[in-house]
Amino acid sequence: MTPTATTLSAAPPVADWRDFLALCKPRVLTLVVFTGLCGLLAAPVSVHPVIGFTAILCIAMAAGAAGALNQWYESDIDALMKRTRARPLPAGRMSRESALHFGVGLGGFSVVLMGLATNWVTAAILLVSILFYVMVYTVWLKRRTPQNIVIGGAAGAFPPMIGWAAATGDVTLMPVLLFTLIFLWTPPHFWALALFVKTDYGNAGVPMLPVVAGERVTRQQIGLYTIPMAVAAVAPWPLALAGWIYGTVAVATTLIFAVLAAVVTFRTSDAGMKPEKQLFKYSILYLFILFGALVVDRWVLA
Amino acid sequence: MSPEEERVIRARQAGRAKVMALLLGGFVLLVFAISIVKMTH
Repeated sequence: MTPTATTLSAAPPVADWRDFLALCKPRVLTLVVFTGLCGLLAAPVSVHPVIGFTAILCIAMAAGAAGALNQWYESDIDALMKRTRARPLPAGRMSRESALHFGVGLGGFSVVLMGLATNWVTAAILLVSILFYVMVYTVWLKRRTPQNIVIGGAAGAFPPMIGWAAATGDVTLMPVLLFTLIFLWTPPHFWALALFVKTDYGNAGVPMLPVVAGERVTRQQIGLYTIPMAVAAVAPWPLALAGWIYGTVAVATTLIFAVLAAVVTFRTSDAGMKPEKQLFKYSILYLFILFGALVVDRWVLA
Repeated sequence: MSPEEERVIRARQAGRAKVMALLLGGFVLLVFAISIVKMTH
């Protein structure tokens, strides 16, 4: 059939390559790649640069695939939030089918390449991390419970474990601690964000803690989660899994985190959201510094 | 579809094709490098 003007105008939008890149959530990718790289470099086994590069590439592709599938599933609520309505799907620059095919293809490709280049233990963890983010967090938890980011936070905690497993072929106490650290860091990080974009989440019907339980409970939870997070951050030092460089940096940066979290926790004034924004921004920097210190510690003191 | 819309779509398709070509080229080099590393280590 020859396409007419009518069929052409009804055709799905042809997305630009930059839209596919945006689908991968590149800003989130930076932290994922960095923590994965640090897990790889902090492992006690050296890995060939080509294999190391491939492992990090696979982590990035898997995270991009998970982000794409997340945006595919959530395009309806993304359209309702100011922060996300310019994304390719809600903005109408890409068809949902393209996003789904891209996400599934990229995810499957990353797992197979990881298995062939490194080992199948790492590929299995990578697959679990994608499925966890998409099925457990996006599909199951996000729209149902205010605990969504607590359990879903596990998905973001996988990269250092994957990096470590890519180098060593197994998972020991240290990567489990790194996993625990990011797992416990996620609630204060996300709830600080949720406090100042509460209206956005409320409009979209996403049951984030500030929307469901109110600001007061959220502030208390930020303070409560900071305590075990601090323990997990410092623990590698007394357990002799990291040296004094990591230990000193961990104690100092965690103290700053605790102070910022305490300000948010005990705050009663509703005027402005400066402390919450400060905590959110610092929490990202905190993870970068902590993982960077771990690598420096390993390489200097090895 | 107006000529302007068609031009935009063609430009996007060309852009995607170029990026895909670069990615495929990179993938070929990567597989070659992985193969060499696996054979020599």
